[in-house]
Amino acid sequence: MTASEVDPALEAGFEAGFEAGFEATIARNDRIEPRDWMPEGYRRTLVRQVAQHAHSEIIGMQPEGSWIGRAPSLRRKATLLAKVQDEAGHGLYLYSSCETLGVSREQLTEMLVEGRQKYSSIFNYPTLSYADVGTIGWLVDGAAICNQVPLCRTSYGPYGRAMIRICKEESFHQRQGYELLMTMMRGTDEQRAMVQESVDRFWWPSLMMFGPPDAESPNTQQSMAWGIKRNTNDELRQRFVDMTVPQAKALGVTLPDPDLRWNEDRHAHDFGTPDWDEFMAVVKGNGPCNAQRIAHRRKAHDDGAWVREAATAFAARTTQAALEGTSR
Amino acid sequence: MTEDPHSPHGAHAPSHAAPDPNAAEGSIFDGLLGGDTSQWAFGTDFEDPLAGVDTTVPDGVDAHDLAVYCLMLADDALVASQRLSEWCSRAPDLEEDIALANVALDLLGQARLLLARAAAADASVVPVLPEGSPVPPEDALAFFREAGDFRNVRLAEVPNGDFAHTVVRLLLLSCARLAVMERLAGSRDRVLAAVAAKAVKELAYHRDFAGRWFLTLAQGTEESRRRLLTALDQLWPLHDELFGSHAVERAVADAGVGGDPAEVAPEADVVLEQVLAMSGVERPDRQALAGVSGRTGRDGLHTEALGLMLAEMQVVARAHPSGRW
Repeated sequence: MTASEVDPALEAGFEAGFEAGFEATIARNDRIEPRDWMPEGYRRTLVRQVAQHAHSEIIGMQPEGSWIGRAPSLRRKATLLAKVQDEAGHGLYLYSSCETLGVSREQLTEMLVEGRQKYSSIFNYPTLSYADVGTIGWLVDGAAICNQVPLCRTSYGPYGRAMIRICKEESFHQRQGYELLMTMMRGTDEQRAMVQESVDRFWWPSLMMFGPPDAESPNTQQSMAWGIKRNTNDELRQRFVDMTVPQAKALGVTLPDPDLRWNEDRHAHDFGTPDWDEFMAVVKGNGPCNAQRIAHRRKAHDDGAWVREAATAFAARTTQAALEGTSR
Repeated sequence: MTEDPHSPHGAHAPSHAAPDPNAAEGSIFDGLLGGDTSQWAFGTDFEDPLAGVDTTVPDGVDAHDLAVYCLMLADDALVASQRLSEWCSRAPDLEEDIALANVALDLLGQARLLLARAAAADASVVPVLPEGSPVPPEDALAFFREAGDFRNVRLAEVPNGDFAHTVVRLLLLSCARLAVMERLAGSRDRVLAAVAAKAVKELAYHRDFAGRWFLTLAQGTEESRRRLLTALDQLWPLHDELFGSHAVERAVADAGVGGDPAEVAPEADVVLEQVLAMSGVERPDRQALAGVSGRTGRDGLHTEALGLMLAEMQVVARAHPSGRW
């Protein structure tokens, strides 16, 4: 039977059945798998979110990667290189997850370099001292983990499974970052000042990583209904602040927020409001490094085109030779 | 795949149930929220990579010669690693980004052990730092030596070009280094023998990676072949230096501790010749790059590129000679 012979009424009946199956799966907190039926909006939302996440890993290689060449000890150089390499690996898993939704890595990369898909705005801030490597590990990876741990339970199977592995490695990175800062705090006065300056710069951008306040987050409600997202932006932001305050104390740094204090009634910390105007400026492309990050990624992609073409041509030639060999 | 042939078409049969979202946060969160922050400060002290290893210099070899020889091997690896790591976030595809980082990490690991071995053999090669500086010997050697004290071959230090340039350089370096390390695995110096035994496995992978890409680029597209031949032609004048034996290399080889690169040249060349032949690439007809009064990389005489590379590599460490990292 060809497509044109399908009775429209029958098709609508199938569709309704599939949708009921999908809703039931979501309601049971089971996973949706690539070959399951899913609403187009669900697929589109996932592509957007998983691609954004993959792009964040890849763009996120740059701010720390720029310090590999200047790492002040060989041990730190090895640790940092391995960490940035892990980010490339995370990008790979996530692009693979996204490919199960019918979009290729090449298409996603094109959308990134053309500015049609986004990545985490935190990477549009510059890294200005070696302490930033530690601060990114502690605060930025810490915030990312708060965002990502609930995603291990996300409703889309390939994404959730990728997140389990990614979260384990991110957790390791966060400890490494914190450990670098701890070590620097036991060093010279200049090093301690470097750590404090870095924390002062990254604190507010880290809080912005959870996205706009719930009242202004357009996609949150549908994403939560579909089980793609499991907590609201403000819930996660609060969790991050509560988690970080004692760590800052143990480290011996202050957090640059005069309104930050424990609220016994709420059993949580009160804290100030991030500069949402700056957040919007960075999201819209006017952050300190937006143009630089995209230009870097685009150059790597363009410069590598001839290599990818060569690999494809060589593989085709080898396959052809093998086929001719077996047909003899 | 675990598809159930009996399940009705379109029915959902979950193979991986999602964890209960109402359960307490996953184990990763538990660790992060744990109140005991002291557990985070594990491993903050530098660990001597040769801790517990007998670093006694074997009889019949000059300790200073052994130290300088270790610097030669270490600097080749350190400088090549620094150049490879410049590819990070710039490789042609994610798989190559990861592979080049792996190679850089392997070489960095070899460099650390060899620098530590140099310092343990003869502490006089280690730059003197301010009283009480916590900088360990491997870092004093990496970050506080001037370019003229580096003993790497010039092939390791010339600036990166395109991906073909990196493939050719890695192929030439790893063929030579693998042959030397195979010899060193039988060194009378137990530290060198142990370092070499590990390095052999790593270098075999590096050579394989570079060899496969050499073949791919040679037979891929016209453009890739053109770029490969250009890179080979550019780098070939630095190839001979890998096999010219320095007096220190000969001395430690004679003492049964080192490997004389001139002796392993034929072994390295057999492999290189195979790669060239498979790829249909002629051996370039280019003369070896001259030195200055006969001095080259092993003598501490470098290209202009090394000083610039070290300016970047050493800048943070040198700004904090008493820093703790």
